[in-house]
Amino acid sequence: MIRLENVCKSYHTRGGSRRVLDNVGFELQRGGHIGILGRNGAGKSTLIRLLSGAEHPTSGRIHRDMSVSWPLAFTGAFQPNMTGIDNLKFICRVYGVDWKPLVPFVEEFTELGIYLHEPVLHYSVGMSMRLAFALSMAIEFDCFLIDEGMSVGDSRFGDRCHVELFQKRKDRAFILVSHDPNIIRAYCERAAVLHLGRLYEFAQIDEAYEFYDKQVVPPPGPRFD
Amino acid sequence: MEHASPLLKSLAVQLRVVRAMLMREVITRFGRENLGVLWLIAEPMMFTLGVAALWTGAGMSHGSTSIPVVAFAITGYSSVLMWRNSVSRCNSGIQQNFNLLYHRNVRVIDIFITRIVIEMSGATASFIILGTFFTAIEWIKPPIDLLIVVGGWLMLAWFGAALSILVGAATAYSEVVERLWHPTSYLLFPLSGAAFMVDWLPPAAQKVVLLLPMVHGVELVRDGYFGHVVHTHYDMAYMAAVNLLLTLAGLIVLRDAGLRVEAG
Repeated sequence: MIRLENVCKSYHTRGGSRRVLDNVGFELQRGGHIGILGRNGAGKSTLIRLLSGAEHPTSGRIHRDMSVSWPLAFTGAFQPNMTGIDNLKFICRVYGVDWKPLVPFVEEFTELGIYLHEPVLHYSVGMSMRLAFALSMAIEFDCFLIDEGMSVGDSRFGDRCHVELFQKRKDRAFILVSHDPNIIRAYCERAAVLHLGRLYEFAQIDEAYEFYDKQVVPPPGPRFD
Repeated sequence: MEHASPLLKSLAVQLRVVRAMLMREVITRFGRENLGVLWLIAEPMMFTLGVAALWTGAGMSHGSTSIPVVAFAITGYSSVLMWRNSVSRCNSGIQQNFNLLYHRNVRVIDIFITRIVIEMSGATASFIILGTFFTAIEWIKPPIDLLIVVGGWLMLAWFGAALSILVGAATAYSEVVERLWHPTSYLLFPLSGAAFMVDWLPPAAQKVVLLLPMVHGVELVRDGYFGHVVHTHYDMAYMAAVNLLLTLAGLIVLRDAGLRVEAG
């Protein structure tokens, strides 16, 4: 289970302290799938950073009693001078997993061929995405954090991600953060809308969708603490 | 590990993470081309050799022919590397590694431990290799009391590690810290005891210089290296007390820094 209690997050801006998340709370059980809708600037990325533990709330608490992944297909943590295989080894060492048995899966899934042994800095965006997704699948988690990871890449890659994640791992929990309601409708049984830093939960996905459609995010003005 | 206590479990995770980060950092910094990992040692060696050459050229025997300049430079400059380089590396540590924090096992302290271990092993290896080499070709004599040298070295390592954590963690509050460190380290170098013996100074200056904890460490290293040929001034209780305070302050700031790190 993951439970957020009154989570607030403020950042310092030149205009003073700005509250990006305001008393956000929700609970996700093992195997549950929640979609979080939000327009650009609603605080989605901040929420992901807090959920993954990269940043901490300004106030409030996050309880986790299941393992939570890093944001799915996140390429930012790649070390560009290291090869694809080196990056796999690094991730495996960090999570205490033997890397050797995973090589065939990564080779097969990424279709990188000899490039798996080249530094990541020589990869195209698509190649990096494939590697990042494969590494996310290499380590098993109870809950996957998905930040619109599926939107890049060709349709064949999209299909393969779909199989790995939503079919083979549908028993795991997901937190799917997106501004695309169709993805959420397809994969989640619950939905919430993040709007101006507040989280609104809805019993029905359609209600969330309806609410989401009506919201307009004004350009960020001062919202001081 | 199932029946291990939470502390042992956490320790196991931490060791694993630091090991992974060490390998990553070494590849990232030194690459696999040409010397590769050996640059870790070659870099400080080149600095130390350069300084030794400069000081020899400048005739820095300071009237006392009893101290060979090469040994003086090696003990002095290697000691500086122990505290200065690891602080400089930890200074930019959080910024450069923020993305690793998305992995829940990786914590800010792991970033610092990794960088401290790398810098200090490079500096230590360089010290040992240069010392052994120059002893082998008989330019310098071996240390009189190796254990005392090791003791001074370890005290410098403790000082360097504590200062690295304190300064590195403080960068999470303001980047001003990062900017201030460069001039500070530059100005501290000539005062750090690397380029002089405390005994050479007038008593008033000795008092001031001995406020700096690393001076005590260098003096101890030289006491062990040269023995009674030189007259050294140090108070290890003072240095230990300062180290302890720095460690405490560092850990307090670090705990809070972990909560306030931000992307970017």
